[in-house]
Amino acid sequence: METFIAQLLNGLSLGSIYALIALGYTMVYGIIQLINFAHGEVLMIGAFAGFYAITKLKLNFFLALIFAMVVSALLGIIIELAAYRPLRNSPRLAALITAIGVSLFLQNGGLVVFGADYVSFPQAVNKVTYKLLGGSVTVTSHQILILIVTIVMMLVLQYIVLKTKTGKAMRAVSFDKDAALLMGINVDSVISITFAIGSALAAVAGVLLGMYYQTIYPLMGTMPGLKAFVAAVLGGIGIIPGAMAGGFLLGIIETFVSGYWSTTYRDVVVFGLLIVILIVKPAGLLGKDTREKV
Amino acid sequence: MKTYKWLVVSLIMMLAVSLAATGCGKKETSDTIKVGVNYELSGEVAAYGTTAKDAILLAFDEINAAGGVLGKKIEAVVLDNKSDAAEALNVATKLITQEKVVAHLGPATTGATLNVVPVCTEYKVPLITNSATNPDVTVDPQTKETREYVFRTCFIDPPQAVVAAEFAVNQLGKKKMAVYYDNTNDYSKGLYQVFKEQVIALGGEIVAEEGYVKEDQEFRPTLTKFKQSGAELIYIPGYYEKVAKIISQARELGIDVPFLGADGWDSPDLVEVAGPEALNNTFFTNHYSPQDPSEKVQNFVKAYKERYGSIPASFSATAYDAAYLLADAIKRAGSTDTVAITKALAETKDFDGITGKFSFDEQHNPVKEVSIIEMVNGEQTLKTKITPKQ
Repeated sequence: METFIAQLLNGLSLGSIYALIALGYTMVYGIIQLINFAHGEVLMIGAFAGFYAITKLKLNFFLALIFAMVVSALLGIIIELAAYRPLRNSPRLAALITAIGVSLFLQNGGLVVFGADYVSFPQAVNKVTYKLLGGSVTVTSHQILILIVTIVMMLVLQYIVLKTKTGKAMRAVSFDKDAALLMGINVDSVISITFAIGSALAAVAGVLLGMYYQTIYPLMGTMPGLKAFVAAVLGGIGIIPGAMAGGFLLGIIETFVSGYWSTTYRDVVVFGLLIVILIVKPAGLLGKDTREKV
Repeated sequence: MKTYKWLVVSLIMMLAVSLAATGCGKKETSDTIKVGVNYELSGEVAAYGTTAKDAILLAFDEINAAGGVLGKKIEAVVLDNKSDAAEALNVATKLITQEKVVAHLGPATTGATLNVVPVCTEYKVPLITNSATNPDVTVDPQTKETREYVFRTCFIDPPQAVVAAEFAVNQLGKKKMAVYYDNTNDYSKGLYQVFKEQVIALGGEIVAEEGYVKEDQEFRPTLTKFKQSGAELIYIPGYYEKVAKIISQARELGIDVPFLGADGWDSPDLVEVAGPEALNNTFFTNHYSPQDPSEKVQNFVKAYKERYGSIPASFSATAYDAAYLLADAIKRAGSTDTVAITKALAETKDFDGITGKFSFDEQHNPVKEVSIIEMVNGEQTLKTKITPKQ
């Protein structure tokens, strides 16, 4: 039982990070039906921005987090402007391939600028270990922080999407772009805002990953990015609560596979799950079946 | 078409000139003994090559200051192979055919060394590498025959695991072990297999074993499983970056058993990432320890530090030994004939080096003590030295 609780806690921390990244995928997909494969690299840039904010600008953790969010948000807007907007009316495959190109560009650009070495991430928040159930289960202040930051970010996002005018515009654009345009919504700026919010969430995930795993490097976004993509599909791509649920679920599944079975099978299970979901319920766990309008 | 013909002609001319240059080479000067130093001085693994070259030059200067060998001074011909295996071959060919070196030191990595072996064998020039740990370097994997002209001063991987198992069972008194190895790396898997066999042979038990893969960051689920298995010691034969994360996450989960590893741990980054506190009660096997109180080691560390400003790493020590070993072999051979030197090298018995007293076995691998390093508040300290049983 103690082991189960310990593994569940491990899974929740990992799942929160996946959920944060998955939100970015799902928001962008919801609005322009594009899988933004460069999302993992936006996360990496966010992590490095956080690193410089802490080491060079001597900011505290929360200010560094905000700094990283701003940098990534700007990067997200630039990527959309430069790479995706010119292709908005091209076939979707063209945009998808461009996304992969942007991803590789940022990865290798990162290798040139930051070097291939691991950079150890400063421990800006003290790590305190709390022992529960007589020491058999431990929780660190980092894990608690990850969970709290994730939940706060999700509440803020839900508020923006459901209660503000911008959120309303986002939902309108995602529902029907042309109709939204006719209603006087500035579609371009709404798409920019969506990229900015998604990228800012990726930056949060990047900084949290850096803190949790102690090192950052230019290829750090690739694997979490792919996993979060699976999480987004699992929950139902384009649906915000789906990304959250998918993220947590995937984190817990991964942890249980490694903990009760073997690490070697972890990625087999995760990507196997992606295939099964796509075959059995392509709309995802929380998705409704919608027919493609012809 | 005309340009093309001209190009061919000029190429042939160039080739002819360069062949002629090789043919008449420099005459061997009688007052120095030329030794080729073929190392990775730039590129990917420049750190390994540079530290080895530095140690070799230090050793040769010391030997020359003490009167040289056979009344002659040793002259090092240093060339950079740019961390490129093909370039290593070019450098070796140049050293042997043009510079007429009597012996060849380097390269640092297994791949580059294997590329150089054929040319050394062809010209019967002995090669000593200080850090290529792959067994194939000295033994042809197809014929299982020892490569006559190739030697090394570092130990190969298996003795490290043999010593680690003995240390864990006999000195730390642990019986139940867990192993966490890098599933994508031959070095790590090899150590894991040998460790497992040895622990079982010594009456211990492997209660949990698990592999991680290259991209892994999250080790908590597996470590939680290890904690449950009742393991008294965890062996991680991996590289420092993952090891640091694993140990740090394990301590976080309240796993306070000792950790044991191999020479892949040896990097300042280990302490930087994991923090000094998490590393207390951890040990790893290594080629030598700069903290070794023996006079020889301390003199080397002092001289190296004075000249280069840093504490010599393991592979500086093995390179320093390679240089002294060569000088010793030339002395024993009594001539600068390359075949005589090779014979003397193969007959090396109880050579007293920085990295321990050693003799070569029939596969040209040194049989010597393995140092066990303990991490104490972020500092490497020498715990003990153990000679692996054959």
